Amino acid sequence: MAKQYETVIGLEVHVELATRTKIFCSCSTEFGGAPNAHTCPVCTGMPGALPVLNRQVVEYAMAIGLAVNCTITRESKFDRKNYFYPDNPQNYQISQLYLPIARDGYVEIETGGGRKRIRIHEMHMEEDAGKLIHDEWDDVSLVDYNRSGVPLVEIVSEPDMRSAEEVIAYLETLRTIIQYLGASDCKLQEGSMRVDVNLSVREAGTDKPGTRTEMKNLNSFKAIARAIEAERRRQIELLEEGRQVMQETRRWDDNKETSYAMRSKEDARDYRYFPDPDLVPVMIDEEWLERVKADQPELRSEKLVRYKEEFDIPLSDAEMITSSKRMADIFEETAVLCGNPKKAANWLMVETMRLLKEHGMEPGDIAFSPANLAKLIRLADAGTINSSVAKNVFEKVFAEDIDPEQYVEEMGLRTVSDEGALRRVISRVIEDTPQAVSDYRGGKEKALGALVGRTMKAMEGKADPALVGKILKEML
Amino acid sequence: MADRISDETIEYIGILSKLELGGTEKEAAKADMEQMLEYIDTLNGLDTEGIEPMTHAFPIYNVFRNDVVENGDESARTLANAPVQKEGGFVVPKTIG
Amino acid sequence: MTDIMEMTAVELGMKIKTRELSAVEVAKAALARAEEREQEIHSFLSIDGESALKRAGEVQKQIEDGTLTGPLAGVPAGIKDNICTRGMKTTCASKILENYNPTYTAEAVQKLEQSGAVVIGKTNMDEFAMGSTTETSYFGVTRNPWNPCHVPGGSSGGSCAAVAAGECSFALGSDTGGSIRQPSSFCGVTGIKPTYGTVSRYGLIAYGSSLDQIGPVARDVTDCAAVLDVIAGHDNKDSTSVARGSYDFSGALIDDVKDMKIGIPRDYFGSGLDPEVKDAIVRAAKVLEEKGADVEEFDLGLVDYAIPAYYVIASAEASSNLSRFDGVKYGYRAEGYDGLHGMYKKTRTEGFGAEVKRRIMLGSFVLSSGYYDAYYLKALKVKALIKQAFDRAFERYDIILGPVAPTTAPKLSSSLDDPLHMYLGDIYTISVNLAGLPGMSVPAGYDSKGLPIGMQLIGGCYKEKDIIRAAYAFECATDKIYVKAAPPDMRIADEGEEGR
Repeated sequence: MAKQYETVIGLEVHVELATRTKIFCSCSTEFGGAPNAHTCPVCTGMPGALPVLNRQVVEYAMAIGLAVNCTITRESKFDRKNYFYPDNPQNYQISQLYLPIARDGYVEIETGGGRKRIRIHEMHMEEDAGKLIHDEWDDVSLVDYNRSGVPLVEIVSEPDMRSAEEVIAYLETLRTIIQYLGASDCKLQEGSMRVDVNLSVREAGTDKPGTRTEMKNLNSFKAIARAIEAERRRQIELLEEGRQVMQETRRWDDNKETSYAMRSKEDARDYRYFPDPDLVPVMIDEEWLERVKADQPELRSEKLVRYKEEFDIPLSDAEMITSSKRMADIFEETAVLCGNPKKAANWLMVETMRLLKEHGMEPGDIAFSPANLAKLIRLADAGTINSSVAKNVFEKVFAEDIDPEQYVEEMGLRTVSDEGALRRVISRVIEDTPQAVSDYRGGKEKALGALVGRTMKAMEGKADPALVGKILKEML
Repeated sequence: MADRISDETIEYIGILSKLELGGTEKEAAKADMEQMLEYIDTLNGLDTEGIEPMTHAFPIYNVFRNDVVENGDESARTLANAPVQKEGGFVVPKTIG
Repeated sequence: MTDIMEMTAVELGMKIKTRELSAVEVAKAALARAEEREQEIHSFLSIDGESALKRAGEVQKQIEDGTLTGPLAGVPAGIKDNICTRGMKTTCASKILENYNPTYTAEAVQKLEQSGAVVIGKTNMDEFAMGSTTETSYFGVTRNPWNPCHVPGGSSGGSCAAVAAGECSFALGSDTGGSIRQPSSFCGVTGIKPTYGTVSRYGLIAYGSSLDQIGPVARDVTDCAAVLDVIAGHDNKDSTSVARGSYDFSGALIDDVKDMKIGIPRDYFGSGLDPEVKDAIVRAAKVLEEKGADVEEFDLGLVDYAIPAYYVIASAEASSNLSRFDGVKYGYRAEGYDGLHGMYKKTRTEGFGAEVKRRIMLGSFVLSSGYYDAYYLKALKVKALIKQAFDRAFERYDIILGPVAPTTAPKLSSSLDDPLHMYLGDIYTISVNLAGLPGMSVPAGYDSKGLPIGMQLIGGCYKEKDIIRAAYAFECATDKIYVKAAPPDMRIADEGEEGR
């Protein structure tokens, strides 16, 4: 009988923090820009330059640490990690090894297998490296230090995950938490969230840990899932053949759906960490900790409870709305402004989601203001416009954030409530479409629909279709 | 403790520190380092049980900057001393083959 | 009128202020003196006469229109070549930075420039400040102005020789294990290593970051205090910079040591100490005692552990600090290498000198996997104990007095063959850096060959004023007989005597 294997996975997640400036200098963290435009002596390792810590980095790190249930280290220090590579201008990275900012936390995930707690070993602050651009013409690489010194936190989980599904659930949970804190946008494609997967396999039922590999270069959830499956299989095959898994770092190639070992004799992996003498300890007292706790925004799990209580929204709807912080923010404001939380939820879940999908956008990209959505809802609720007009107006709100009240007036989209005027239009429709009239009179109920349609068209949509039907029946 | 610095050790330190010593230089480095380490071993004569390692001589802590952008485009200065540059970047031998 | 360059910085500054001399005249005098002495002494790695004269002209205008009123306005200065100066090459006396032109100026130099001091050039040093003789400079040795057959000491040998030879009125040096005090002693000038955190390190090319401090080298105590007044200050670009209550060091120039408690560590007068140096220091202590100070011998302890602890800590930090020199962003890049790591290795192996490589390798080793606790952490614990020993001493004494170095300046090329022996020459200065304390070298005599002997005064944390006051009282009591420029004709005398 074939042996059963268990996959053991731990993650190292790097998250770029949403500060305006870099971790140790006053350069902008703005993405893009000409090569080396956002650089200075500090983030390019010029001789004599010295780092000074950005306070906001510590605040974000504390906020994330607290949100993932970590203990915040009261005296935290920075260490140098020494290794030579050109994207690292000092040839050491300022990181934290001995006293990281946060330790011993967890997040709860939910998968088909139920709820599970994934423990977090530690989280530390560090600086990002620059970027290497490979120049195919000259067979050289070009170094751009714009990203050098952008603040990161690295969140190191315990090896508590057993499947790609759990990994994705953990990452989604982590991402939502961090997005809610406003500490990062966590975009895998753009690299503001980067995931290294530590994976080993062992025979089911044993406790003996297998040798693990570290997988890098995973740029999407799909790539992560594929890499986990491929690496699991690769390791099992090795073991089945009686060979050993090497402890090594591997690079995932998502196009080829395979990985290869990143090894060189020059890579000793002996980082000679020692406390950075250029930086002083970060001491966090009760007062500072309490202030960060108090400033902590409401997280998703808290919102889910509140939405039920405050807005009487079903859990499944609340989950959909809160899957993005942006969506949740718009919902809450709209609900208050229009006084109709259910309608607000509906507009977001149906029309907004449809348009986002159509335009290939993320909820984070929503650009319209809650005030304008609220106005639209009020117009519809009051019967000032009918539902199909409302949908058309919403497309304008979605695309250009127009003021619906003004737009409805300017475009003359109000529903006509003057019954006399309506009757005049209907008599003309009856006169102009004798066929439909006779069909209806001959018992074809469906013909009424055609007549309503004609009337609506004649009214340029600005009528209540129910009222039109009622009057038609009367007049026929 | 003699012969703590073998050829392999010197080779390994060379990889860590990106220095490559030739024959006589290497022998001299081995001897120098051996001598220094023996001397440094005098520290073992001192009981440091229960002593906290001291990085900074004085207790300074919580030195921060505010998160305000102050630097503009300094690429020209950054590149001013580059041994080789191209298209605004520093040129290095190809890093991934 | 005496020769311009025989005057102290503060005297010169006063003459410029009262329009007896112009800044340009003074700059010309300094450049002329340098022209005359450089061939022999080689204190400077670069002199920019044109910029200096231009700057002196601007300063003169600002003195005349009343914008510049400080005591250093118009006074010529030298800057150690490990301190960054925008538009002036800064090489650390290393091939690897041979053509490096910093794009910014160090905070300490910026403060000097704001005070109106005129930088005339960059001074020679041991490569990356690693050495005690200025002989590890890639660009050739500096000779001791008191006797060119001898070294000026190091690593700030160029700064101290330049001041001793009157090529500039004062200079900035840096001190990681004695690099200001020891060459000051060897060259008969006054130098201060301030308390760690007093002068910004921003722009000082790091050797051992937790130990490095910039400090003044000058002719006398008054000049040193005046320079320190200008360069000290809190800098928010240096996280280890300390905001101190007062930066008025000149206020401590008081000729009174009555009831000052001075401790003399018996451990500093052991077998390694040259008897002539010992006599001079004992005499100097007597002078202060006669002025009413309370002088007492005591056991400081742990003296033998300072050097090994220092070499572990400084080398470890250096191995990391110097890893940025890799041929990518600035400085030397080797030719004919194979691949990225080949480039790193060839560049660094060719770019660094033997002593620098020795310390980088030692530092990499003590931090490497399996050795960190035994060497690096152990050294940090010893550092803590050394600090405690000083703390105990300063509970009883205001200052500690002793020699700066066990000997006077050794002959050229007599030190480098035996590095360990050379390292032992820093035995009295190194522990001061480990404890972060202020220390000072004050000229206090000459040996039978006519070479200067320095007395070291060590103060408690942030107590520069105590040592400045004691040094000033000593100067007053001895009528400044040890404060004089090196005689320009020493070489002839020495050649006769030594029969070279």
